[in-house]
Amino acid sequence: MKRIAAGVLALGLMATTASADIKIGAIVAETGPASALGDPEAKTIRMMVDALNAKGGIKGEKVRLVLYDDGADPSKAKTFATRLVEDDEVVAMVGGTTSGSSMAILAVAEEAKVPFISLAGAIEIIDPVKPYVFKTPHTDRMACLKIFADMKARGLTKVGLISGTDGFGASMRVQCLAVAKASGIEIVADETYGPKDADMTPQLINMRNTPGIQAILNSGFGQGPATITRNHQQIGLTLPLYQSHGVASNAFIELAGAKTAEGVRLPGTALLVGELLSPDDPQKPVVLAYKASFEAAAGAPVSTFGGYAHDAMRILIDAMGRASSSKPAALRDAIEATSGLVGTTGTYSYSPTDHLGLDLSAFRILEIRDGGWKLVN
Amino acid sequence: MRLSSKQATLLVLAVLILVSPAFFPSNYYYRVGAMVFVNAIAVVGIAILTGYAGQISLGHAGFVGIGGYACALMPLHFGVPPLLAVVLGATLSGVIAWLVGRPILRLKGYYLAVASLGFGVLVAMVLANEGQVTGGPDGIKVPDPGARAWLTGLGLELSNAQFWYVFTGLFLLAGAWLALNLNDSATGRALRALHGSEVAARTVGVDVARAKLMAFVISAVYASVAGSLLALQNRLITPDVAGYMHSIELVTMAVLGGAGSVLGAILGAALLTLLPQVLTVLQDYEHVVLGLVMMAVMIFLPAGLLPSAQRFMRGRGE
Amino acid sequence: MSDLVPFSDLLQFLVSGVTVGAVYALVALGFTIIYNASDVVNFAQGEFVMLGGMISVAAVSAGLPLPLAALIAIVITAAIGVALNTLAIEPARGAPVVSLIIITIGASIFIRGVTQIVFGKGTHRLPPFSGDAPLHLFGAAILPQSLWVVAGAVAIFVGLWLFFTRTLTGRAVLATSNNRLAAQLVGINTGFVMTLSFALSAGIGALAGVLITPITPTSFEVGITLALKGFAAAMLGGMGNPKGALAGGLLLGLLEALTAGYLSSHYKDAVAFFVILVVLFAFPRGLYGSNPTERV
Repeated sequence: MKRIAAGVLALGLMATTASADIKIGAIVAETGPASALGDPEAKTIRMMVDALNAKGGIKGEKVRLVLYDDGADPSKAKTFATRLVEDDEVVAMVGGTTSGSSMAILAVAEEAKVPFISLAGAIEIIDPVKPYVFKTPHTDRMACLKIFADMKARGLTKVGLISGTDGFGASMRVQCLAVAKASGIEIVADETYGPKDADMTPQLINMRNTPGIQAILNSGFGQGPATITRNHQQIGLTLPLYQSHGVASNAFIELAGAKTAEGVRLPGTALLVGELLSPDDPQKPVVLAYKASFEAAAGAPVSTFGGYAHDAMRILIDAMGRASSSKPAALRDAIEATSGLVGTTGTYSYSPTDHLGLDLSAFRILEIRDGGWKLVN
Repeated sequence: MRLSSKQATLLVLAVLILVSPAFFPSNYYYRVGAMVFVNAIAVVGIAILTGYAGQISLGHAGFVGIGGYACALMPLHFGVPPLLAVVLGATLSGVIAWLVGRPILRLKGYYLAVASLGFGVLVAMVLANEGQVTGGPDGIKVPDPGARAWLTGLGLELSNAQFWYVFTGLFLLAGAWLALNLNDSATGRALRALHGSEVAARTVGVDVARAKLMAFVISAVYASVAGSLLALQNRLITPDVAGYMHSIELVTMAVLGGAGSVLGAILGAALLTLLPQVLTVLQDYEHVVLGLVMMAVMIFLPAGLLPSAQRFMRGRGE
Repeated sequence: MSDLVPFSDLLQFLVSGVTVGAVYALVALGFTIIYNASDVVNFAQGEFVMLGGMISVAAVSAGLPLPLAALIAIVITAAIGVALNTLAIEPARGAPVVSLIIITIGASIFIRGVTQIVFGKGTHRLPPFSGDAPLHLFGAAILPQSLWVVAGAVAIFVGLWLFFTRTLTGRAVLATSNNRLAAQLVGINTGFVMTLSFALSAGIGALAGVLITPITPTSFEVGITLALKGFAAAMLGGMGNPKGALAGGLLLGLLEALTAGYLSSHYKDAVAFFVILVVLFAFPRGLYGSNPTERV
């Protein structure tokens, strides 16, 4: 065991003495049950660090990225976070693909006083506000509010909810149930499915049989929503189908099939509809640039999740440029002073009482038409 | 004075736990050490069940989950102090193991494997589905047991990682001591007898059903304590710890190290906990190498690492 | 839920259950063959199914016609199955059950890792073989692809049943399973039997992957869940018996669909595993398992 310990030690030393550049850390779920989220995040982070260094880095100093894959395991995330702050001595961290991992990382970040920008949805991450913890994605509650507002506008008030049993689906389900009443929505059916299930027709049949039901909302990510969309068409349901921001990506249209997905609505970010934005929209150049560079580098369509990582990196790079030094405390202050920074998700303005920095206007309701996205106004 | 092999094992373990920190450059190493100890506690339990008694369980992570959630839920819903919750969780796991073990342990080989797997999946599912009570798939916060603050009050300043290294290390020593004593007891002999052959054990008068149940309950308590320590240390617990993949990980640790011995179990836990930390340098190839290591050890060293190493040393000594 | 559930709903639930059950049965049948030949439960079986899906998706997107893509996927996967036997299972012959479990789990982690490097982490789907328009039967809607999957499961079952009971080679496989030494003594080439079994099992797994990918999308990680459910189905029916694999798979699928339809979708999987536990307590060798005899 001693020899193994010595081996680990040697590797650790190798990593710490390699260079004196500015070091930033990332912990994402590149593999495991949340890899559909974590993989585009990892690709985005690597791509942006490379691009930054190609342009000369920060104030002439190169930025070195240390990225670990936690496989969506919070215990591993905590170990890697400890490694990043203690051993790699990074000045800031981004990541925490799942809410569980983000909660594990933020405890380490707070104790070590190293700023951390989370990529997960849960509201607990920034509420109550913790000095060193920020996040870029909207909360699940905001997605629910946005969807319910659109339903209300269409006169759809009796809604059937079907959720994946993974963290994403379950968390959004709880938030939607919590805000439904205040939004004037009645949840008349509440079904779930396993994230890898091959068929959800029984749940949809029960929804069809629910008296008064007017629309269906699916909170989930990955392949489940594609299967639900196809089952929805298979049994001839005519109830409007809403998906979550979890599948806001062209990959969803490909999986579900363009014809099948026709008419599906979901809350998405400007990222999917860059071409449709008006020329004076400040987000237009940002999303088009990210889309072009990501799709060239990764060979896959952009998704909301990669967009979260993009925004986190922009906030961090912007703060590193403004900060008085590259010490973690100075970086934290610079991040908190972020104001009017345009990302793919929305425009961020942090303050000592707001470490999310987004409002509902960041979400846009999109509808799938002819295999592409249409803005619903 | 000559040490018995039991005393020697404990001494080696204690020295390793005490001396290793001399080589630790940062808190990260204490954290990894504490994770090794937590896993090792659960794996020593598996060694009793699989190594001593020859029974397979692919559901022991279920007990890890019960122990972990006991430390989150009992303080939250009933105001139980976290350290008492460790004991209550272990008791609960023991009782559940006794109830579940009676029917399950009548099964053999792969049928026992799938039944225990079903049990573990059910526990994980309840923890994930009953969100109102358990916090759902994203997990739930665990309160601070306050022991570190107490030590600071006594004038002993330890970093968080250092504290958990010492705390879990003490639990591991106690667990190893109990397991070694069990091995020397009448129960231990009965378990080894039924590992060899159940029919033979029965003919020499071993109460086979009782011996198996005993091993199952004891190993469940070990898993539960490991789960509690994991939860307290991470201040967070998620349903994944009860999942099927974690059960398999525990069995793999036990068998890789050498399921028949306590030191082997600890070695296996150390290896599989350290490996992902070392393999981060390989990035995308991490899983490829992990899979290869698992296959290679089982093919070339079927008895596990430690027994094979001992045999090699003995062979050279002659 | 309404107080009177119409017949068409029940029918739709059954359609769902049989479709999903046929997927499980296809995986379970693959388990059966290797178990029969070697007493090994191959936890990498789900990876064969995944490989079938992933390789055929890659071949189709490279422009090959689907039947050729499927053939390529089956042949490559069968070769990987043979390699698994030669490189990892044969060298560990006689090892205890736990060691074999760990070897096959190690193999599954290895295959997943390589697949992820070669094909990436994306999720993919094959186009349905005969279109997306559902067929209607007494008010229930059936996707044509479901019929393909069910037909595939039944065809493979019949084929295996004939193979094990009517052909000399099939009986040789069963004889090898019962007593390897005795089989060798009566002149059976047990090495060949093992190679054949792994090729067959991997090929069937890959075929299953091709059939189900239009229904349930594939990615490098789908094998884990498929293996778990397929293993459970095989044990439910009784490991080693093709009849058991088919029955276990269909039973598991129907249980899930009917629980989701009539009880609650929240506990769909829980009910399935609960029933597995109860069945095993009543029939310790599964529904169609052979009588227990312990080798002393």
